[in-house]
Amino acid sequence: MKILVPVKRVIDYNVKVRVKADGSGVDLANVKMSMNPFDEIAVEEAIRLKEAGKADEVVLVSIGVKQAQETIRNGLAMGADRGILVTAAEDVHTDIEPLAVAKILKAIVDEEQPGLVIMGKQAIDNDMNATGQMLAALLGWGQATFASELAVEGDSAVVTREVDGGLQTIKVALPAVVTADLRLNEPRYASLPNIMKAKKKPVDEKTAGDYGVDVAPRLEVVKTSEPPTRQAGEMVGSVDELVTKLKAAGAI
Amino acid sequence: MAVLLLAEVAGGDLHIDATAKALTAAKALGEVTVLVCGPQAAGEAAATLDGVAKVLVADDAAYANTLAEPLADLVVSLAPGYSHIVAPATSDAKNVLPRVAALLDVMVISDISAVIDGETFERPVYAGNAIQTVRSKDEKKVISVRTSTFEAAGAGGSAPVEAAASAGDKGLSSWVEDKVDSSDRPELTSAKVIVSGGRGVGSEENFALIGALADKLGAAVGASRAAVDSGFAPNDLQVGQTGKVVAPELYIAVGISGAIQHLAGMKDSKIIVAINKDEEAPIFQVADYGLVADLFEALPELTGKL
Ligand SMILES: Cc1cc2nc3c(=O)[nH]c(=O)nc-3n(C[C@H](O)[C@H](O)[C@H](O)COP(=O)(O)OP(=O)(O)OC[C@H]3O[C@@H](n4cnc5c(N)ncnc54)[C@H](O)[C@@H]3O)c2cc1C
Ligand SMILES: Nc1ncnc2c1ncn2[C@@H]1O[C@H](COP(=O)(O)O)[C@@H](O)[C@H]1O
Repeated sequence: MKILVPVKRVIDYNVKVRVKADGSGVDLANVKMSMNPFDEIAVEEAIRLKEAGKADEVVLVSIGVKQAQETIRNGLAMGADRGILVTAAEDVHTDIEPLAVAKILKAIVDEEQPGLVIMGKQAIDNDMNATGQMLAALLGWGQATFASELAVEGDSAVVTREVDGGLQTIKVALPAVVTADLRLNEPRYASLPNIMKAKKKPVDEKTAGDYGVDVAPRLEVVKTSEPPTRQAGEMVGSVDELVTKLKAAGAI
Repeated sequence: MAVLLLAEVAGGDLHIDATAKALTAAKALGEVTVLVCGPQAAGEAAATLDGVAKVLVADDAAYANTLAEPLADLVVSLAPGYSHIVAPATSDAKNVLPRVAALLDVMVISDISAVIDGETFERPVYAGNAIQTVRSKDEKKVISVRTSTFEAAGAGGSAPVEAAASAGDKGLSSWVEDKVDSSDRPELTSAKVIVSGGRGVGSEENFALIGALADKLGAAVGASRAAVDSGFAPNDLQVGQTGKVVAPELYIAVGISGAIQHLAGMKDSKIIVAINKDEEAPIFQVADYGLVADLFEALPELTGKL
């Protein structure tokens, strides 16, 4: 079985986000970019399935600017086999919406015929939490989102999902789309020899046009603003003082 | 404009708080029909919410476990009558709404924090470090609502309740089991007071200190991701960018450093208290009252003095 893993290049999760003063967006020029943390988890899970003999090839896809090539290389260094880079934008500030991403991924799935797609549950830049569900819909496949455990058993997958009330386990027929939550696994670091090897692994270069997908946004971003900042508070010297203050504020 | 509001149903009961908060956002968009996928009684409960024009009840085994595929098919079958499809941004709705949107060939608008007009909304991005105002060009809007930023609609309604036809189940997935954490404490997303513990609490046993303070205050218990990952607390207590988003009257963060991913889930709380032994901890930058102390001394003392 082949596993397809879509990986997104996003601002590194440790970087402090700066909103541009003119309201036109977030400053991404000369900012450290990394693979979306959830996607690292998805890549790790796919590699583990391959190591366990449940899959024979792990293919990565990234859609966006050409620099997303680096993101694919990072995943190849972890152990994935090959990549597909779909260039769909020139400017690093252009975000391709989940619906357009899902349409491109559908076209790739039609070509590649994977038995499983594992992706992140959420991109930490747009915080949409949508692409996996959209892809499953377009393919007419079942979906298992927010996975914290995944077991491939024959022609189905048993997935434990992190839901509001606790955990839910479902069984989904393959092929299916699974989206990874934080506790699915802990991704490995790429070793130096693997980073070198990854440079030689094949990466196909495509464009959104090759798949006939219109990536024009459906949601126009009118403006981007800073969230309201909290007023600086005060330090209290003791538990007694804390209790007094909270009572005075009517909080307890 | 006509709005279809997908009610939150858990274990066969209407989740009134989440539904009533999303209803407030939905009412700003037009006349609201509430779709309840669950028993008749849950539908009748929804009918008592103020400002509901009609309730549709889909009481079918296919919807009992909130599986995304049959639910999405049902919502899509009803979609022609509505300009907006809205739901509270719960894990169930986040699972199903993007699927609905893709089937309708529209973009989903996730986690809105404000309604500007029928096609313009605000939503937090980058873990709440920026707020985007987006205008949808799609004919139909599919929207999930960040419940922590909307007041719950009140009671006093008496809307008619009708049955909705099932849209069947293609059997792409099936339910195996639920592991629900049973606790007598208030639920995180509707609690007025929350006491949250982080890695600093140190162990599952020590987490009882958090519980003891919570019980004294009638509060819900929350946790940072580090506390959940370390096994101190179950996953459904995680507050943050990728956990639950809360905005209680009082949030007490104990042994939590204040990473942006955690702040994303609680920085709209009315009053924030931080107890941390490190005076440099970033949580103090958002706290109204900060106490630099060892939690193992401060927590029992605080619980004792309340
Ligand atoms: C993609 C992604 C998503 C994430 N989503 C979330 C999320 O939703 N929610 C979330 O919380 N995190 C999330 N995180 C993790 C986040 O980045 C932090 O790692 C996490 O919040 C840290 O938890 P913590 O504050 O409990 O632990 P730490 O950062 O280790 O802080 C522990 C604190 O306890 C204090 N302490 C220790 N001992 C004592 C004592 N005896 N008395 C008093 N204080 C003490 C220390 O001074 C320290 O400040 C996410 C990370 C990523 C990459
Ligand atoms: N441009 C992209 N390229 C590759 N994968 C993507 C892209 N956008 C989203 N994804 C995948 O979809 C997941 C969810 O993203 P989102 O729906 O934007 O929150 C991510 O974790 C990725 O696995």
